[in-house]
Amino acid sequence: MAAHRCNIFMLVFVLCGLTYVFVRADIEDTNHVKDAESVAVDIARKANIGASLRSTKTEDQTQAAEKERQWEAETNPADAPSDNKADHVHDTMQNLDSRPAPYAKDQTQEAAEEERQWEATEVKEADHVPDTMQTPDVPPPTPAKDQFQEELVIRPLHSGDIYASFQFRTMWDTDFLRGSKVSHYRLFPKSLGQVISKFSVRELHISFTQGYWRTMQWGQPFLPSPPGAELWVWFQDTVTDVDGAWKELTNVLSGIFCASLNFIDSTNTVQPSASFKPLGLGNVTDQRFLRYAVLPREIVCTENLTPWKKLLPCGSKAGLAVLMKSEKLFHSSFHSQALHFRPVCQDWKCKSTVWELRQTLNVVFDLHTSGQGKREWSLFKMFSRTLTEACPLASSSKVYVDVTDNPQGELFELSPTTPLLSQAVVLGDRRTYSVYDLTNQATFGQTRSLNMLLRWRAAESGDMLRPLLHGERYVAGYGLQTGEIHTLMYNNHPYRAFPVLLLDTVPWYLRLYIHTLTVTSKGRDNKPSYIHYQPSKDRLRPHLLEMLVQLPPNSVTEVTMQFERALLKWTEYTPDPNHGFYVGSSVISALVPSVVAMDTNSTRECPLFSSFFPCKEESSYFMRVYTEPLLVNLPTPDFSMPYNVICLTCTVVAVGYGSLYNLLTRTFQVEEPSPGLAKRLANIIRRLRGVPLL
Amino acid sequence: MGLLSDPNRRRALTKLLTRLNAPICVMCYLAGVAWFMGLAFEPFTLRTYMSENAMGSTMVEERFPAGERALATGREFAAHKKKVGGMPVDWLVKTMQSRGLEVFTQSFTRKLPFPDENKERYMVRGTNVYGILRAPRAPRTEALVLSAPCSEGNNNNQAVGLLLGLAQYFRSQIHWAKDIIFLVNEHDLIGMQAWLEGYHHTNTTGGDWSPLQGRGGSIQAALSLELSSDVITSLDLVLEGLNGQLPNLDLANLFYAFCQKIGVLCTIQGKLQRNDWDTTSGYSHAAQTMMLMVLKQASGRPWGDHGLFLRYHIEAASIRGINSFRQYKTDTTTIGRLLEGMYRKLNNLLERLHQSYFFYLMPSLSRFVSIGYYMPAFGLLAVILLLRALDLWVQLGASPPGTEDGVAGGVQPSSPGVLSILTPVVISHMTGVALYTLPILSQEMAVQHFPVSETEAVVLTAIAIYTAGLALPHNTHRLLQGEGTEEGWRVLKLVALLYLAVLLGCTALINFSLGFILALSLVPIAAFITPHTPKALSAAIMVLLSPGCTLLYCVFVFQELQETPVSLQDGWMLFLSVISQGILDHALYGSLVYPLLALLIYPCWLLLWNILFWK
Repeated sequence: MAAHRCNIFMLVFVLCGLTYVFVRADIEDTNHVKDAESVAVDIARKANIGASLRSTKTEDQTQAAEKERQWEAETNPADAPSDNKADHVHDTMQNLDSRPAPYAKDQTQEAAEEERQWEATEVKEADHVPDTMQTPDVPPPTPAKDQFQEELVIRPLHSGDIYASFQFRTMWDTDFLRGSKVSHYRLFPKSLGQVISKFSVRELHISFTQGYWRTMQWGQPFLPSPPGAELWVWFQDTVTDVDGAWKELTNVLSGIFCASLNFIDSTNTVQPSASFKPLGLGNVTDQRFLRYAVLPREIVCTENLTPWKKLLPCGSKAGLAVLMKSEKLFHSSFHSQALHFRPVCQDWKCKSTVWELRQTLNVVFDLHTSGQGKREWSLFKMFSRTLTEACPLASSSKVYVDVTDNPQGELFELSPTTPLLSQAVVLGDRRTYSVYDLTNQATFGQTRSLNMLLRWRAAESGDMLRPLLHGERYVAGYGLQTGEIHTLMYNNHPYRAFPVLLLDTVPWYLRLYIHTLTVTSKGRDNKPSYIHYQPSKDRLRPHLLEMLVQLPPNSVTEVTMQFERALLKWTEYTPDPNHGFYVGSSVISALVPSVVAMDTNSTRECPLFSSFFPCKEESSYFMRVYTEPLLVNLPTPDFSMPYNVICLTCTVVAVGYGSLYNLLTRTFQVEEPSPGLAKRLANIIRRLRGVPLL
Repeated sequence: MGLLSDPNRRRALTKLLTRLNAPICVMCYLAGVAWFMGLAFEPFTLRTYMSENAMGSTMVEERFPAGERALATGREFAAHKKKVGGMPVDWLVKTMQSRGLEVFTQSFTRKLPFPDENKERYMVRGTNVYGILRAPRAPRTEALVLSAPCSEGNNNNQAVGLLLGLAQYFRSQIHWAKDIIFLVNEHDLIGMQAWLEGYHHTNTTGGDWSPLQGRGGSIQAALSLELSSDVITSLDLVLEGLNGQLPNLDLANLFYAFCQKIGVLCTIQGKLQRNDWDTTSGYSHAAQTMMLMVLKQASGRPWGDHGLFLRYHIEAASIRGINSFRQYKTDTTTIGRLLEGMYRKLNNLLERLHQSYFFYLMPSLSRFVSIGYYMPAFGLLAVILLLRALDLWVQLGASPPGTEDGVAGGVQPSSPGVLSILTPVVISHMTGVALYTLPILSQEMAVQHFPVSETEAVVLTAIAIYTAGLALPHNTHRLLQGEGTEEGWRVLKLVALLYLAVLLGCTALINFSLGFILALSLVPIAAFITPHTPKALSAAIMVLLSPGCTLLYCVFVFQELQETPVSLQDGWMLFLSVISQGILDHALYGSLVYPLLALLIYPCWLLLWNILFWK
């Protein structure tokens, strides 16, 4: 009964929506849409004529666009109310978004067209055919209400290892702040959307990492993350009880991701004043609405991967996500999965904002353990799967292979080859990528599957450019009373100094002696220009130390601070106290001078992985480096002893202490032997007589 | 305690104790020695067992195949070592890098306080090379260390070869949860000290080293490998570390378990295990093994490169390959498998090794004596001091006429005694300070005036001060105070007894062996020395039982137990070198035995000497 009623209700709703939609569509949008479409098609035709050499490719692309159109067309009949549940929901949602359904369809087509053009402008032919496609002046029409893009970047590392980075982006133009009114979801995961609207989250960044990113061997990651779990959230400024919302939010996220995020409480939450600024749009930078916590001990495994995959529109059924098989992902040197939610510009004009959900997964496969020493990588070898299709819901689905160090193929051989190349400035360095467009059927070739193969030609890869910034941390000293935390920050830039923000969060049971804080570089005292220190409160909040330090060129800056190890209450010890206690990574955030000058018009052309952190200056780029977490031993009682201790203490108290106390406090006198009966009688008589006693 | 709160009974008890004091003391002494010797008797000891769960039930499969290749690498290393004439740093760096490790080097220089004649070094300059195998998906919080010293001559090349072979093999395995650090240290302990201080950024002994670049978090366990031949007959486990510290017993258990599993002969103190505990020879074998351990532990010096790890609460042991003339040989592949198994198990550790004993003696590799069993032996010796002190206290209280009670007697004017004992106490300690500081300070002067080398100068100065101390203090109190009273020496002896009791008690808690050996020699003289005993005989006995002579006996006994007896002449030379080594250990690694003897035990003995010559 309930289902029926629901259906009827929905039908009515859909009909209302449709009428409204058609009215509006007629009035406003049709003209504009048609114009835009014709222009786009014109340009495509021009390209066909102009670049005859590339005709095959462009045809392919057109075919892809056709395909997409066909796919859209297939879904078109579903516009009418039908019994098909999926379509039903699909439509209803579109209607609820108060936009005309046909318009949305058209627009998706357009997006496909547009996509082709961008690709054309962005892509440079390998054989350097003069490009006639430099006409990006067409104002792009407003994109769809929501869209999904997927991407895989493969970067062969100098150590022989290979780095694979997945990025999935869902953009949705909706208003989460209307609370429960957002109840229809297409691409955006509903479980997350509800959480976001309930807790008025403006930005949410969560990462689960197993392993430590080896900056000195691997260079910079696209998205850095500390070992364990990291969560930081900016709440909307309408939230009154931020701490309460944070507590609830962590518990909910803990359930969503099957992780121990519920262990986040006030003792490991901080509000950094400068290190974690919002990455999305927005003017509120009041740290009262920011919460940051790290759980360095969190162990990441398949149970965290599965819920993360479920948030993807295609799940792990189609598209790039088919590669994510846990038995291979966890047979690696480094594994990190993250989720970033933030408001971003809708388009390059940035007139309105949309919400962006970015799911990333970074893996580094080890040459020695999984490569059996042979310098040869393929998708199948890495993931034990090959690619057969793009996610049908994705507006773009691409695989990038970093070929910057390999312009003439002298370092490694890449097969199948792709004529598409793309350039992007990533982390201050201009990189060249071979692009495989999965929406294009030709990519899959005869075998209907894409299995890229990287075969190294040279046994030794060239020297890696030293990362400009990296950090290290360790505990110095011995014994269980005091210790010293050393944080080393390396500036490897040959001639430029730059400032970095250091954030240190230390649990309360390491009592920092803040007066022992020293910052030295090149043997000289280096005075931080900004220090924000919040002392800890026992069992309530951790130490928070933020510093702005200028790193001189080509130097090591050492920050040291002594601490004392507290003796915990016996219930506060973990079940394995002799393992030690973790101190989370310190975070070094910096604007690092760029290796190459950055492109000014990179907002549109960059692949996803290059455009995450906002860049204010062209000559430098934002970078965040996490140091190792620390494992510190605290004075630990012998927990097998309580029984012995209780027995011994009771005995000592009962026998030893009592009688010794007696001995020490009493005075002893030798007692006179009691007088005989005759003497006593005589004494009585004497007393009566008033004579002195005997 | 009701016994004590009744004055009558208390009086009876004290009377009994004072009357039977001497026999009780003798009994205690004999009982203490007997108890100690009984510890080596197998039925009285416990069989070792693995306490740590993580290392117990999880059996691992050892598959290390590349023993021959490791030996070839060792030969290559030897060739490069010979060519460079020291540590082949570049070759090691390249080799480790090609095996997929992160490689770092550390250079260090060290100037010894005086030349070390045993190892012929004075200005030491060297480089440590270490490679870190990063565990996959581990956040660099925990590490294990495998080290092999790069020794002079042809020693230990096989150890370095095996280390590199293991590094290559370990690198191809996925199951490491802790980083593994492969360390090749130059100049054995000095290099190790530099590396450890660099790793923990401490500087306890004023060395000069370059800071380390790469770390692996807190080190959970370490093994040091010494291997000088291609095949071996047995593996020897060395446990004794700096200041008599021992690693957790589980580390020894782990080694023993794998030796049993793989079928390698294993020894401790170079002695095989025997099964005939009920025969005299079987017992004496166990007793010898235990005595060797006691002597080594008492020396307070690290007996292998592992010894310095223990200060940092890192469980560590040395494994030494021994090639004797037996038929039964073990090849390098087997040793590699043994080490692989041990590291796999250590890798499984969830917590630091803490489940088993830290204080123990081992009469054989499968038997151990825990602290609860051996402490009574020391307790029986220490109680003698307390009994004598009680006796003295009672005598002091009882001697003035008019008081009946021991407690009330304490109020009597014994104050002249307190002042009179201050002078000998201060003078003895000044002598101790002189013994501690002067040998090194005055070596230049001694070398200028006497035809001796620096090392000889230091040792001979130490002996000279030690002997001069005998002549110095026992005359001084008369100059200040006039005649010493009967009460005076009693107070002095009371103080000396209690002082010695506290000293030995504390020493035995930290280093049982040292405390016990000192108690064996010092307790008898402390107990029975008075000014009224025959002077010449007592003086001779006192000198014979002084700490210096005890050291001399220990040298002879040690050589005897090691089955390398020495002549008197050689023994004396050995004794001199032991003194210089003791001073060097203190200066280089921070061993505490020399300062303990010079600053505390020797002055205490001087106090007793003072009593003998009290007038």
